[in-house]
Amino acid sequence: MLATRAGAGVIWRVLDRRARRLARHSEERMGANSALKWMLRYVFPDHWSFLLGEIALYSFVVLVGTGVFLALYYVPSDAQVIYHGPYELLRGEQMSEAYSSVLNITFSVPAGLLMRQVHHWAADVFVASIVLHLCRVFFTGAYRKPRDLNYMVGLTMLMLAILEGFAGYSLVDDLLSGMGLAIAYAVALSIPFVGAQIGYLVWDGEFPGGSDFFARLEILHVFLIPAALALLIAMHLATIMRQHHTQFPGPGRRERNVVGTPMWPAYALRSIGLFLGVAAVLFLAGGLIQINPIWQWGPYHPYLSENGAQPDWYIGWLIGALRLMPNWEPTIAGHTIVPNPFWGGAAFPGVVFTVMYAWPAIERRVTGDHRRHDLLDRPRDRPVRTAIGAAFLSWVVIIFAVGSTDRLFFRLHISYQEQIHFWRAGVWVLPIVVFFATRHACRALQRSDAHPLREWQGQLVARSADGGFEVLAASPEGRATEPQAPPLGTAPGHESER
Amino acid sequence: MIARAGALAAGWLTRPGRTPRSLRLALAILSGTGALLLIANSQAQSVGVLEGAPATRGALAAQGGPPTDSPTAPRKSPIAPAPGEEVAPTPTSPALIAEGRTLFDTGCSSCHGMALQGRKDVAPSLVGVGAGPADFYLSTGRMPLENPREEPLRAPSHYSTRQIEALVAFVASFGGPPAPDADPAKGDLALGLHDFTLNCAGCHQIVARGGLTVGAAVPDLQSATPREIAEAVRMGPYLMPHFSTQQLDQHALDSVARYVLWTRHPSNKGGWGIYNLGPIPEGIVAWFLLLLTLVLLARLIGERTA
Amino acid sequence: MSTDDHPGRGRLARLAALGGRLLAAGALRSALRRSPTPPPLPPQDAEDPRKREVPANRRAETAVAVLLALAAVFGFGFTAAYVLDGTNPQFLGIAIGGALALLSAACVTAGKLVVPQETAVEERGLLYEEQQTEATIDLIEQGGEGISRRALIGGAAGLAGAGMLTALATPLASLGPDLPGIHTTPWRRGVRLVDDEGNPYSASDIVIGSLFTALPEHGDTEALGAGLLVVKLPPEYLHLPAARRGWAPQGILAYSKICTHAACAISLYRYPTYQPTSNGPAFTCPCHYSTFLPGEGGRVVFGPAGRALPQLPLMVDDEGILRAAGPFHEDVGPSWFSVRRSQS
Repeated sequence: MLATRAGAGVIWRVLDRRARRLARHSEERMGANSALKWMLRYVFPDHWSFLLGEIALYSFVVLVGTGVFLALYYVPSDAQVIYHGPYELLRGEQMSEAYSSVLNITFSVPAGLLMRQVHHWAADVFVASIVLHLCRVFFTGAYRKPRDLNYMVGLTMLMLAILEGFAGYSLVDDLLSGMGLAIAYAVALSIPFVGAQIGYLVWDGEFPGGSDFFARLEILHVFLIPAALALLIAMHLATIMRQHHTQFPGPGRRERNVVGTPMWPAYALRSIGLFLGVAAVLFLAGGLIQINPIWQWGPYHPYLSENGAQPDWYIGWLIGALRLMPNWEPTIAGHTIVPNPFWGGAAFPGVVFTVMYAWPAIERRVTGDHRRHDLLDRPRDRPVRTAIGAAFLSWVVIIFAVGSTDRLFFRLHISYQEQIHFWRAGVWVLPIVVFFATRHACRALQRSDAHPLREWQGQLVARSADGGFEVLAASPEGRATEPQAPPLGTAPGHESER
Repeated sequence: MIARAGALAAGWLTRPGRTPRSLRLALAILSGTGALLLIANSQAQSVGVLEGAPATRGALAAQGGPPTDSPTAPRKSPIAPAPGEEVAPTPTSPALIAEGRTLFDTGCSSCHGMALQGRKDVAPSLVGVGAGPADFYLSTGRMPLENPREEPLRAPSHYSTRQIEALVAFVASFGGPPAPDADPAKGDLALGLHDFTLNCAGCHQIVARGGLTVGAAVPDLQSATPREIAEAVRMGPYLMPHFSTQQLDQHALDSVARYVLWTRHPSNKGGWGIYNLGPIPEGIVAWFLLLLTLVLLARLIGERTA
Repeated sequence: MSTDDHPGRGRLARLAALGGRLLAAGALRSALRRSPTPPPLPPQDAEDPRKREVPANRRAETAVAVLLALAAVFGFGFTAAYVLDGTNPQFLGIAIGGALALLSAACVTAGKLVVPQETAVEERGLLYEEQQTEATIDLIEQGGEGISRRALIGGAAGLAGAGMLTALATPLASLGPDLPGIHTTPWRRGVRLVDDEGNPYSASDIVIGSLFTALPEHGDTEALGAGLLVVKLPPEYLHLPAARRGWAPQGILAYSKICTHAACAISLYRYPTYQPTSNGPAFTCPCHYSTFLPGEGGRVVFGPAGRALPQLPLMVDDEGILRAAGPFHEDVGPSWFSVRRSQS
């Protein structure tokens, strides 16, 4: 015990000497100490919801790490082989080399299945945390100037993340993802004027694609999109650093300052703790909960399909839209002008992302507020924005739900046709209901809640017509007292300001 | 009329009130679009409960085809096992048949008729169907069926094993092929997966977890016995197609049965299989287990108030 | 409004007042204003949020040490699990996941209970320096000194841009296929129908109430135009268009297996045991549930598909083997711009 104590003391002294040497070396070579000092004292506001973006970032790190491992074993080839590996049910079956290599990773490479599953869970959590982070940014108004540019960078990353995930699980060439690729091909083809060209470009010919298809898809998934994401992440973080993070209003918090925890030592440790926690959850899930059991589905052939085939959740909103659309396919003189998958597969996500990209400009225009904002709103303080956001979100979520609830219908024995007909109308009506309900809820919360973020004491008074004062609102402490005249220097009509 | 509706709408849009005008306009556009969609949709397809139904009986007669409820009409008749194939022995003792008759008269004849001739628009004739369909529907509890217009679904069997035997004997005494059977031990799993994917997975899902088709729910096969599998494959209950001995010979049938039994405990090497339903449960786990845990961790690390 | 020594705040306050007045106009803006005014911020000289606490928590330090030690055990356990049974993800996952979780717990405990807890205040710094912007704008504008016919040059530049963009975009068209017949199909007159093992289908193999998948003999089985659905229907279900009456010898029909909506393989077939109490024969696609009637030429009755299912004419040769009698009546696969929809 004493030995360990003494040993621990020695270790601390060694670390201390090392740290000094490191600081000196970096200053002598890079002149980095001023930057280092700035970094160490950098203040982060402490609210837990500001950590959601970090969850996404750390999932990305796990993705890259496990992805490198997988890329070493994956073979991007559609050459047909006969399987002779350890999995009994597929022995003698004809399949592509790509699928065979993934079976190899699953059954023969030590830690292969663990890495595959961690990688896939990390992808699901990556996109989910981005969406949650986006919701936080929207409902607190963090996208306003000067952060509207960074918000668009974030939206671009969301688009890339979705594309990246789809490309990733399509590399495996199993029955489920092959069906997904066929649908993607149909959506590409459905774009008016250039659809066929786009389809042929991406697939190197007609579906199921030329011999280069998987190699190209792999380059996209392993190199192009990760490089783009890394660049955008760097931009995103650099911009945050330059502008400083937003914060909620509270004691001592102003538009011009940042109140929080300095990077060293507490925040760095907590952040590293979060990173390790994200990795822990993903590795535990990857080991204990099965995901994407491609060996159970078999290889893909264009003439095969199965019931209940679904894409990963972040593509689910599109399958819902594709299922919900009535069979509109306008023609001129017997020639199709807009193939049906266009509406659900291309127009719908196009509209959603366009609205999201344009929102900061729309809000600036409508409210006339071109100021810079560094303080956040609580969602209830902006009822209309919150209600619009909730309604838009509910629109997308309903469409998503419709696409993935055929299993629910299977359980409840409600006719599938009836459900679709109902939701074709419901998908427009329900968001309107959500809008009004949310707006009402926000206003009610504003009125009833003592608003713990703004700990003010006193009364809100207004001058009444007969010259007296009436109390509009009072903090719990101020409630008992008589209405008091506002302090000198307050202009008439602005008694509520101080 | 349209002008009047337009005037009403314009009046509502411009009347003084608390709702902002732009919101009313948005509402009007949304409801208008919704209404247009509904109208367009109802004209886009023929939405009939019974689709692809044959023409009236008069037209049928004119086409020269036999009426659909005639026992001699070309129909989805149960396929007889080929020579040399597995056959479940048909009970034939007269006592059993007599018991079967009694049971049939009380439980089945109201729809299927006293002489098994069927009832128009209610139930098909059972003359010549043989032992297979009778055994299948009775042991899976699909018959007796309360409402003939509903899909027959698996339920605890209404009759005991002996009673089922009696009823099967009775129905089989009106003619028809013997019931087929399957021996999973003789089957090959790889062939079973291959044939199941090609012929069955489209409705029953790749690991036989069931699914949906337009017009019926497709059952999962987790409770199916090898005999029931063989009978269903050869007869095609309700809306299911059937498969001839040419298409799926006995070895293929044994293999498919072996595969279906295997799907009760599929190789979930990756851990908890989450019901083997694919990306839907995976997405639920990702959001409501993994992300929720991480959000709770974030709440632990960060502050709750600013 | 109280002011402080911060230089930009007065201007900000004026801007805020201006913003507030602009808020007074417009419908949505009025909706925004209708919400109760949020309570005002507390005055400048409220409590200073800065603080620094040194926990000096020995128990927490011990806890951190224990967590780190346990993490080490799990870490070594991972290597052990790898050596013992490397392809079992459960043991591997518990080991490495456990190690990471314990390390995470150690860091978080240290970050909240061991190291000094500080709340600091940092100034954001002014992002917007008007002088800089003015200087940059001046610099740019100096480049246009003396130019008088800006409108003329501008208009001409716009035209040139449009022309160049169109020229740049045009070679894209070479990338694509010839639009008619985008999906090649191996089916020609005389090609035999075979199953997925290469055995030819006889007409007698096809029974009523069953579903068959057929592929072209010696053709590319992976092409979209290859897979066929083959069924036999009794006459009361056959209502083919006039031009295709002869396409179904003995009531045997063949359709493309690829859904015209989004290219999935159609693999659901319903055939009634007793027609009056259920639905008639139909194909359904498992992806978005487009439903087609084989007896009526592949007509769509439900779901989002915009085109009927392409039908292949069949013939029975002298040996009773099924062969294609010609190409599909319409293009196979999902629709694309300008695909021709057959009228018959």
